[in-house]
Amino acid sequence: MSAFTEARFEAHEAEEASGIPQPSQVQGRTQWQLTWMRLRSDKVSMIALVVIVIMIILAIAAPAIASLTGHAVNTAYPVNGENADGNPVPPGTNGFILGTDSTGRDLLVRILYGARISLFVGIVTTLIATLLGVGVGLMAGYFGGIIDTVLARFTDAVLAFPYIVLALALAAVFGPSLTIIVVMITFFSWAGIARIVRGQTLSIKEKEYIEAARSLGAGPFRIMFFDILPNLLAPVLVVATLYIPNAVVFESTLSYLTLGIQAPTPSWGNMLSDAQNFYQVAWWYLVFPAVALLITTLAFNLLGDGIRDAMDPRTERLIAARRLRRRVRRSTIKRENKEALESLAVGGTRAETGKKG
Amino acid sequence: MATANDTDGDVLVRVENVVKYFPVKAGGFLRHTVGQVHAVDDVSLVIERGKTLGLVGETGSGKSTLARCVAGLIPVTSGRVFLNGTDISRLSRSAMRPLRREVQMIFQDPYSSLNPRRRVGAIIGDPFAIHKTATGAERKRMVQELMERVGLNPEHFNRFPAEFSGGQRQRIGVARALALRPKLIICDEPVSALDVSIQAQVLNLLSDLQTEYGLSYLFIAHDLEVVRHVSDKVAVMYLGRIGEAAPADALYGQPRHPYTVALLSAAPAADPDAAAARQRIILTGDVPSPIDPPAGCRFHPRCPKAEDICRRVEPPLVTHEDSDLDPARTAVGTDGQPLEEAGPGVPGIPGGEAHVTACHFPVQPGESLASASAATIAAERESA
Repeated sequence: MSAFTEARFEAHEAEEASGIPQPSQVQGRTQWQLTWMRLRSDKVSMIALVVIVIMIILAIAAPAIASLTGHAVNTAYPVNGENADGNPVPPGTNGFILGTDSTGRDLLVRILYGARISLFVGIVTTLIATLLGVGVGLMAGYFGGIIDTVLARFTDAVLAFPYIVLALALAAVFGPSLTIIVVMITFFSWAGIARIVRGQTLSIKEKEYIEAARSLGAGPFRIMFFDILPNLLAPVLVVATLYIPNAVVFESTLSYLTLGIQAPTPSWGNMLSDAQNFYQVAWWYLVFPAVALLITTLAFNLLGDGIRDAMDPRTERLIAARRLRRRVRRSTIKRENKEALESLAVGGTRAETGKKG
Repeated sequence: MATANDTDGDVLVRVENVVKYFPVKAGGFLRHTVGQVHAVDDVSLVIERGKTLGLVGETGSGKSTLARCVAGLIPVTSGRVFLNGTDISRLSRSAMRPLRREVQMIFQDPYSSLNPRRRVGAIIGDPFAIHKTATGAERKRMVQELMERVGLNPEHFNRFPAEFSGGQRQRIGVARALALRPKLIICDEPVSALDVSIQAQVLNLLSDLQTEYGLSYLFIAHDLEVVRHVSDKVAVMYLGRIGEAAPADALYGQPRHPYTVALLSAAPAADPDAAAARQRIILTGDVPSPIDPPAGCRFHPRCPKAEDICRRVEPPLVTHEDSDLDPARTAVGTDGQPLEEAGPGVPGIPGGEAHVTACHFPVQPGESLASASAATIAAERESA
């Protein structure tokens, strides 16, 4: 017996004697627990999450905040809200915290009401698109054959569509409305999810546990939703998080082009569209809706990236390095810790650059 | 469709002339079939009630395909599979459903045969859910009973497969297969992915369950010793055909097909003296492509005893009594006489009591193939 195995053997005996690693005490972690742990150690993702939560709370509380300021969303205040030339008043004037817009309406209240539209469109379209995409992708991938050919070609066709052109046409035909926006954004979002789900389904359906389910007598829908779907949740969640900011921007784009939300209902897009005539006299009219849009989309994108990294077991090393770095910073720096950190950092940098490439 | 003669006997499963070809497709846009993989080619066998039929053969010999045909997982190209006298090879999925309870499978890889995203309780409870036999607390109780029966801690029903070792995972697979109290369990290399020490535990569990529930097994493996340990009858497959089949002791004691002899000689022996004493038979070449299997006897390109007739005439699966195997027969074969007339055998079905061999020149007791194989190698070297 070599010295190494002997040492291990002794260590094992010592463990058994002290009773430290009781099998019943070992707590198994699910994939979601692990993901959450990794996500929590990622500062950027946590900040993004907090920003999103605050945004959602503000959007829900918009009417309450409006009543606090005493300004209704679509009411113009020509006396207090406009200066002598009839131009918007700057932030902090006459109780208008973020100033007013071109017709003397409270910019803060309008931005908060705009957040309601943006978040609603972003979340609702992504939800519907995810359900559709998962359904189509599962069917195409699992059944294969003619069903796959038809569904996959249709998906490709949707992905190849010039969506702005179709949006212009649809808005012209049906007239712009919230329903049309939701339908349009959903129509252009599900295809990407369907394609990812189809690919994953194709690989998962060859696994032995699918054959096991078939040998038990499970039908195709049971296999799709009980056996394949749980394995798809991780990639679908990542893609869905990254689709929300796309939908928010898409809605703003349509509203900016006056094909989306119509005045006087506020939307970040139509506010920006109005503001471009006034930015020389009222910078705040342009800046604040733009900042709101930027913060929201950035937060969702950063959170999506964070979730993707947290779901990927290969980033465990990066996160371990992050934890160790923090521990080193807190405690007195020990030599071995520093060495461990350096060795991890070498691997970590490689993983980071690999991820970008 | 159904034959009545199966229901009364000891036979649980009767496989009749089963053929399974997989098409080979080529071309991108307009896909067309360019050939057939002859995975299983005209195989017949029987599995007796409460007995174990071992199926051995190397990779690509069609063992697993045959198992999936018997389990009704893939449709057969032709031939019939009878379960309790009912032909199950032509049934639709819904008609097959009640019969699924009778035939279950244990898979080779305990790591890929359990869904990593589902809890063990859900995996073992699946059969009850699919066949709507139990719900809620009742299902949980039955799942825990099963877990206890296969030697798992019933408290662990809420864990994921990743939290179990390979042996424990295979026990989960056994519990799942056992849930519906099937009559036949098809074990597709159930221990080949496990440690040797764990293999014994799982094999003992399987044999205990057989005694307790009167199960029949179709046991597939490439480990000859494992098959010998568990099987009552053994069939040897080569390139989609059964080459030899017999009760286990007869097959291992007196193998008659040159392929079986070579296979047995290649198995590692635990006893060093026995290992030194035995003669290895080195087969030349590779297994031919199952897309274009050789004519005549499928083993002839690699067989040390191959004669001209082996290249032309396919040998039938027949019994050969040792007394029949006089050297004179071999002489007839080398003269190029049609051996079918001289053949002494009675046709038999693999899985029964008969020792059947598909060979024109069965190996006789005491005959050494090693010299023949050495001669073949020398001849090949000269010609090369």
